[in-house]
Amino acid sequence: MSTTKQPSALIKTEALYTALFVVGLIAPFAVYPTFLMKLFCFALFASAFNLLLGFAGLLSFGHAAFLGTAGYVCGLMVRDMGVTPEVGIIAGTAAAGLLGWLFGVLAIRRTGIYFAMITLALAQMVYFIVLQVKATGGEDGLQGVPRGHLFGLVDLSDNIAMYYLVYAVFSIGFFIIYRTIHSPFGQILKAIRENEPRAISLGYDVNKFKLMAFVISASLAGLAGATKTLVFQLTSLSDVHWHMSGEVVLMTLLGGLGTILGPAVGSATIVTLQNELADKVGSWVTVIMGLIFVVCVLAFRRGIVGEIQALIQRAGIR
Amino acid sequence: MEILGVPSALLGSQLLVGLINGSFYAILSLGLAIIFGLLNIINFAHGAQYMMGAFIAWLALTKFNVNYWVALIAAPLLVGLFGVILERTMLRKLYKLDHLYGLLLTFGLALIIEGVFRDQFGISGESYDVPDALAGGINLGFMFLPIYRAWVIVASLTVCFGTWYMIEKTRLGAYLRAGTENSQMVQALGINVPLLITFTYGYGVALAAFAGVLAAPVFQVNPLMGSNLIIVVFAVVVIGGMGSILGSIVTGIGLGLIEGLTRVFYPEASAVVVFVIMVIVLLVRPAGLFGKA
Amino acid sequence: MTMKKAISIACTTALATLSAGAHAQVSGGVVKIGVLTDLSGTYSDLAGSGAVLATKMAVEDFIAKEKPSFKIEVVSADHQNKADIASNKAREWFEREGVDTATELVTTSVALAVMKVAKEKDRIALMSGPASTPITNEQCNDVTVHYTYDTYALANGTAKAVTKQGGKSWFFLTADYAFGQALEKDASAVVTANGGKVLGSVRHPFPGSDFSSFLLKAQSSGAQVIGLANAGADTTNAIKQAAEFGITPTQSLAGLLMFITDIHSLGLKTTQGMYLTEGFYWDLNDETRAWSKRFFGVQKKMPTMVQAGQYSSVYHYLKAVKAAGTDDTKKVMAQMKKTPINDFFAKNGQIREDGRMVHDMYLMQVKKPAESKYPWDYYHVRQVIPAAEAFQPLAQSRCPLVKK
Repeated sequence: MSTTKQPSALIKTEALYTALFVVGLIAPFAVYPTFLMKLFCFALFASAFNLLLGFAGLLSFGHAAFLGTAGYVCGLMVRDMGVTPEVGIIAGTAAAGLLGWLFGVLAIRRTGIYFAMITLALAQMVYFIVLQVKATGGEDGLQGVPRGHLFGLVDLSDNIAMYYLVYAVFSIGFFIIYRTIHSPFGQILKAIRENEPRAISLGYDVNKFKLMAFVISASLAGLAGATKTLVFQLTSLSDVHWHMSGEVVLMTLLGGLGTILGPAVGSATIVTLQNELADKVGSWVTVIMGLIFVVCVLAFRRGIVGEIQALIQRAGIR
Repeated sequence: MEILGVPSALLGSQLLVGLINGSFYAILSLGLAIIFGLLNIINFAHGAQYMMGAFIAWLALTKFNVNYWVALIAAPLLVGLFGVILERTMLRKLYKLDHLYGLLLTFGLALIIEGVFRDQFGISGESYDVPDALAGGINLGFMFLPIYRAWVIVASLTVCFGTWYMIEKTRLGAYLRAGTENSQMVQALGINVPLLITFTYGYGVALAAFAGVLAAPVFQVNPLMGSNLIIVVFAVVVIGGMGSILGSIVTGIGLGLIEGLTRVFYPEASAVVVFVIMVIVLLVRPAGLFGKA
Repeated sequence: MTMKKAISIACTTALATLSAGAHAQVSGGVVKIGVLTDLSGTYSDLAGSGAVLATKMAVEDFIAKEKPSFKIEVVSADHQNKADIASNKAREWFEREGVDTATELVTTSVALAVMKVAKEKDRIALMSGPASTPITNEQCNDVTVHYTYDTYALANGTAKAVTKQGGKSWFFLTADYAFGQALEKDASAVVTANGGKVLGSVRHPFPGSDFSSFLLKAQSSGAQVIGLANAGADTTNAIKQAAEFGITPTQSLAGLLMFITDIHSLGLKTTQGMYLTEGFYWDLNDETRAWSKRFFGVQKKMPTMVQAGQYSSVYHYLKAVKAAGTDDTKKVMAQMKKTPINDFFAKNGQIREDGRMVHDMYLMQVKKPAESKYPWDYYHVRQVIPAAEAFQPLAQSRCPLVKK
């Protein structure tokens, strides 16, 4: 991966992002908005996850816990305490961040596969708690969350208004991730990923950086989860189930691990596939997801965006 | 007689039940530990392979009229062979990469296997009767112990300690241990390490299938029977530390007992107790009880 | 929408207008039925592809018998037991594909989510699969019909019958989440009301796989009856292990939420003598046998009550559309509630103002292996529970639509 970019490349990148941003602005008039909202929630979720795996080298197999916890906190506050949607989203994000800190403190004591298993086990614990606590509605899920009025003013029951809120949330989240990666902090994370002992010997408090990355990633996953709850007006157990944690890994892997746009592309692909396949193949959806996993790991490790980048680079060299 | 307000008969019976569950944990975490030792891969498909073992036993009985005892040998062999094929065709390609890819690949495999079984056999599951020779039970005074459950303890502990003996005391085990420590060195000494790896994966998978056959008469044979169990076993493995074979066996049994006790005193928490212990162990001894730091 | 599709819809509309002026109000000349069910998960045997088949049978039969002037289309999707996927799909169906009714909807989380979307979009939700009573209580609305059964009917029927037959002392094995607790509460009330006693209960984690420790607790309580306030694999595992530990037949088990698929998968040897309540059994009479054998011909399994109820609800809906001459939600609902249901599934079934379809339920006892003469011959019908007793009385309803 090239770290120093040519000025022309930089301009190209900026042009690309601007173009994508504009596409996002006009998209709801061409594509079904509810579908787009779902897509952006998952795109943010996967991008947050990628911050951890792609840039800090930490595989969390428990990210559903953050998505779901934020969803439940946001849903409960909006529905039962009557707060406005933005307060609900902020509260959900904060709750996920706090939970992320707890997970992080425990999990960063180990690395690699142990880290993955610990996050998985902790998330499973969250699942059991959500299942048993009365407030969450257990199996029935948390239903009937009103979308409410943004800042008490804008009626979000209108799909287009809701879309722009989701789009704004996604853009802010995405920007935060982008800035994090390109900040000195992000560089240190990459250094840790590449060679942890060297980073330690350079005097960095590696655990502190890892924990910080974990908290940011968990908060942003929570941001996605809280927003998702408002979109669908419900949160259910599937949001905290470990299948969801697996799904986000798949989205990121398919789109391109450690690329900026990859997770968004990957989640768009998976969400579209699930949407299309639901009517056609029925029970084979899980098998197809599994196959994509296997193919990605064996033959397509760069992912969609990674492959495209490699193609462009090769073309550029020539 | 009562202990902490609980009749001792109930306590005794719950401990025995805990021991039975513990032997399942032990045999599964042992398989994971062996595979991890040599391949550095966490086999996420372990739960699916456990389920395959149970299903093969059921298929053998209902479709081919093959009895339990034959299935107890044949199912692990078949699933082990399946594991060997997986290792040769897929896992092998990943050894030079980050170990996380192995986890992801086996996760994908687990989804495929479970999905296919679900499509073929539906979700309600199938019933496998206790073999006649092991039917019935013994009245121990404080509880009624089904003979089959006693057999589960005996069989799984025999296999667990047999495996331990093989690894610690035989030549093959010595190669294995050496390969775990430094595979390049062992290769240089003229031992066929790739073959050793294939064998190890196959053996670990066969252990899962063996547990599956043992479980078939106890639980409903169901395509998803392994998928929740495996997460608990992961926690067991984290607690034990995967550093030693004996450690994973002891941890498995110990946690089964603790879970049994929780069911007496605070049943609502019995699903999370293993995870709570994991958290405590991580705080006190991050490398796990038997792990090397 | 492609040009071709647009033209074909325009054509059918024109045709419908020409051929039958009175029915021109059916939007687009097409009644579109969406079957939103679990095709791959826990409930796929209970509802799943069998429910889709039942829907298609209902549509075929309706066309053959009633010769409607409108076209009927069936679409189906797998909600994977995820409420968000279900609500997303339902929304898309209603907003973009002109689906008139979302049907089946097994699992409560899905049902609750979809009935809210249906209300918002003013379409009809026909529920055959879900079990929870909030659907026709706190959460009720005027576009939903809860058709086949609910937890009240099952727990009530079984608990009452077993208590009356002498099973006076009970111990509950309860799945530790809202649903299991509700089942336990409903059943306990019935046991006490009928002169029985509840000795205690134990909450097991959900989902669990090993129930032996909980069963041992139940055993040491000395209760005559162990009530299983859980569902699916939890119930089947508990039954199997109760037999293993010699708890049955000394103490008897009562499944509060069980289906014929559970009996089929466990086998009669393990389940013999158990009581359970069903809304339908294929072997009740000639009419049920005739329909079920047609179903069996395709599915290779006998229908569950959910699948039979699905057929009946779709047929009833289509009849109401024809009679009302429109697919307008209000008018069709009024027609459906006005007309009693009489088919192989229900006799004099009635949809109440809270959306509950009330019909006779059946108390079953599982046959001994020796008594079973042919495949799927599983039940003795011990009692017909009349509609008025089977379901929660309107007087107890917590549904705001019910005028008191």
